[in-house]
Amino acid sequence: MSTLTWAPTGRRLRVLARAELALLGRNRSVVFTALVVPLALPFTVRPALDQIDLKKEGLSIGTVMMTAAIGYSLLFAVYTSLVNAYVARREELVLKRLRTGELSDAEILTGTALPAVVLGLAQALLLCAGCAVLLHTGPPKAPYLTLLGLAAGLVLSAALAALTASFTRSVESGQVTALPLVFFSMIGSGIAIPTEILPDRLASVCELLPLSPAIRLVRGGWTGQLTAFEVLATVATALAWTVVAVFAVRRWFRWEPRR
Amino acid sequence: MNTNEHEHVIEATDLSRVYGGGFEAVRGVTFSVARGEIFALLGTNGAGKTSTVELLEGLAAPAGGQVRVLGHDPFRERAAVRPRTGVMLQEGGFPSDLTVAETARMWAGCTSGARPEAEVLELVGLARKTGVRVKQLSGGERRRLDLALALLGGPEVLFLDEPTTGLDAEGRRDTWELVRGLRAAGTTVLLTTHYLEEAEGLADRLAILHEGRIAASGTPAEVTAGRPSRMSFELPDGYFLGDLPPLADLGVCGHESDGNLVRLRTRELQRTATGVLAWAERAGVELRRLDVRSASLEEAFLGIAQEQEVMA
Repeated sequence: MSTLTWAPTGRRLRVLARAELALLGRNRSVVFTALVVPLALPFTVRPALDQIDLKKEGLSIGTVMMTAAIGYSLLFAVYTSLVNAYVARREELVLKRLRTGELSDAEILTGTALPAVVLGLAQALLLCAGCAVLLHTGPPKAPYLTLLGLAAGLVLSAALAALTASFTRSVESGQVTALPLVFFSMIGSGIAIPTEILPDRLASVCELLPLSPAIRLVRGGWTGQLTAFEVLATVATALAWTVVAVFAVRRWFRWEPRR
Repeated sequence: MNTNEHEHVIEATDLSRVYGGGFEAVRGVTFSVARGEIFALLGTNGAGKTSTVELLEGLAAPAGGQVRVLGHDPFRERAAVRPRTGVMLQEGGFPSDLTVAETARMWAGCTSGARPEAEVLELVGLARKTGVRVKQLSGGERRRLDLALALLGGPEVLFLDEPTTGLDAEGRRDTWELVRGLRAAGTTVLLTTHYLEEAEGLADRLAILHEGRIAASGTPAEVTAGRPSRMSFELPDGYFLGDLPPLADLGVCGHESDGNLVRLRTRELQRTATGVLAWAERAGVELRRLDVRSASLEEAFLGIAQEQEVMA
């Protein structure tokens, strides 16, 4: 793509994102899930954390709760809210109508995702700052890893939302089709419980789940525990998932309701 | 490529479209539309109008055949075609929770060389509805919003899929006026409709689609030429079809009777009508529900549907 075509792309993404933001703000249940759940859910796991010897794993209540909150933010502010948005726009024929205009397919999907992704990013940064101050986690040891993890998590959550939307027939059924990823990520990706306390063999399988690399990088950036090799392997997993998700979206995304 | 004056801005060659279940909605459709022309695709529901238009709009690739819009493939060369076309889908397409103004602003931002939103909203009579959410608009108002946004970029080619469905009589006339104005300004318009008077009054040329094929095409006059005219009336009790002069002498080419009601088809309407009326005058018979009409698109349209049924 030549540089000439980038200026209209920016403008188109901006107007689409602005419209999408207005729609997001007008959907109360989505706003509630996106804003309240990531803040409230981590506290429900706190009593359980008190039973675990986190010190032995080099973790603290602060870092565990912070990654939990960021994980919930990825799942509820970005992933589930975007499944909802993609399906709703498709069923209202908005996506089909947009494709009759000058926007490219990538611009349509990106512009629709932008408000949720920015919301997720803002939430994550706020949570990081809040936890650093209130839960005494102190500053991150390798902030670039945390940021890399956030970026990977946000991109992958959006791409997986588009993929989930491809086989979701209505906004209502989205509450069911989004569940598997939410459930497996909470248990296996180190969101509800740290993967460090899982049995080793299970933990190494769980590291391959789609959102695991993102959470691992966010937490690793804070604790500074990851070796260079581990960072490389984690980034490779994140990249692989992103490539697979983007390919799958290009191949299977549905732009129109089924007849 | 032809000279500019006769340039074909839309060219469909042997188009076919097959849906997932194997249903063949479009079966070998060929036609072309010249610059500045209004071309209507006419057909009953399910005739393949929308399926065809979507191929021209580049929303889907044809299973067979070729589409050229402004010299490009509208599906593969989207970026080259889209800035020069305007599209109005058959239904929907706007988030129900945005207002008219927000929807128009979004479209303007996605359209290169967009006219001011207020101008096109004024053009379709929605200037006073800007603060209303799309879901609160009536069906007709939504059609007009859709039309306004299709016009936003000042397109060279305009695709209108059933633009007046759901509009009241006045709204329909307003839309016709608007479309005629666009043609006067040089816009090429392809529209689908199942309103015969819309095609007859608006289109320079038209094609009647039936079961995915073009059953007839040409100017409205060409399509209706060769179709018989019709005359119908009700005979008083005690009179029968056989009481009339021999039908062949009246130039009648087909007839049917249903109780007292008689329907005649003729290619010589004046001769038939004169003969029947002269007979009625002589016999002192009052013909009730007398109706005489020359061939129109409606005859052509119904004739095509019947012929296909007979063949089936």
